[in-house]
Amino acid sequence: MAVRTPIGRARGLGSAKEGTHHWWMQRVTAIALVPLALWFVASVASMAGADYVAMRAWAGQPITATLLISLIVATFYHAALGMQVVYEDYVHPHWVKVVFDIATKLVFFAFAVACIFSILKLAFAA
Amino acid sequence: MVEFALPRNSKVNRGKTYPAPKGAKRTKAFAIYRWSPDTEENPRLDEYTIDLDKCGPMVLDAIIHIKNDIDSTLTFRRSCREGICGSCAMNIDGTNTLACLKPIDEVKGTVKIYPLPHMPVVKDLVPDLTHIYAQYTSIQPWLQTQSAPPPDRERLQDPDSRRKLDGLYECILCFCCSTSCPSYWWNGDRYLGPAILLQAYRWLVDSRDEMTGERLDSLEDPFRLYRCHTIMNCAKTCPKGLNPGKAIAEIKKMMVARA
Repeated sequence: MAVRTPIGRARGLGSAKEGTHHWWMQRVTAIALVPLALWFVASVASMAGADYVAMRAWAGQPITATLLISLIVATFYHAALGMQVVYEDYVHPHWVKVVFDIATKLVFFAFAVACIFSILKLAFAA
Repeated sequence: MVEFALPRNSKVNRGKTYPAPKGAKRTKAFAIYRWSPDTEENPRLDEYTIDLDKCGPMVLDAIIHIKNDIDSTLTFRRSCREGICGSCAMNIDGTNTLACLKPIDEVKGTVKIYPLPHMPVVKDLVPDLTHIYAQYTSIQPWLQTQSAPPPDRERLQDPDSRRKLDGLYECILCFCCSTSCPSYWWNGDRYLGPAILLQAYRWLVDSRDEMTGERLDSLEDPFRLYRCHTIMNCAKTCPKGLNPGKAIAEIKKMMVARA
């Protein structure tokens, strides 16, 4: 360990002067997910036994498609923010943390785009 | 990456056993963490069985009795013996607390005593507090103003504003809370921890302080502040009954209020 004064070590690189937006968006997406997740579970449960054609028709309805896309955006945004916190907590080498964070964000973004594209396809093909 | 192997000194061996003195009627066993930087040995757990009629009611009384009458090599910090100096903070029966405020008869069976968790150990029950004191210095825990002090009197504070310091000013900096916090364990190099953040809030809500914005600037950081995930070990363990978790939540609210 390099010789440094205790206060030099404690002050480190200084404050990042950010983090509030991340924290706030975690709460906002969490609030959005409460009704969206309840609606999704209740809807899918009520569709129990429905065939492929009925499910396609359901997902393609304007209100259903809007809510599904909202659910997907909120889920992947919330998940990306949450995984970043997990990496910051437990992954200590800086470059590993950065690689994990970038990989997670790119993969979640691709998943979200794929899900949204699928729903739009159903909505506009109907 | 994640470290799977624990450091060499993490294995605590069985140490010496000191049996109860002859003729003792009421006895109690104390298992105490021992480690000395002067030997190459791993830490060990020494077991002392003492005569409760030879010492006072608190755990601190017991370890002072052990040091005075049984084993003078036992090392620990203590000063006021009435819960105001914060020196004798240690992990007793699995919980961080002050030895001077912990009655022996509250512990069932053997009383296990370790130093405050996850801090470097200087010797036995004495943790190295250098870094956490430096973190305390880094928040500049003193009144800071732009205005000149009134020439004829002190800076005034109305009773309602003074009341906002209740539940904060009582903190004695024993660090039971910070050393009970998993976030502080994993990221204590950068996360300020509950004790320091409670102190930071004490200056943020002081109506006489004029550097609130600068104080918030220096706290707004994913590591310094936002490592708190409201685990609440801090409030559970505080021997003074304070709630650092609530103080941290109030800081987060101030951050949003000015965003």
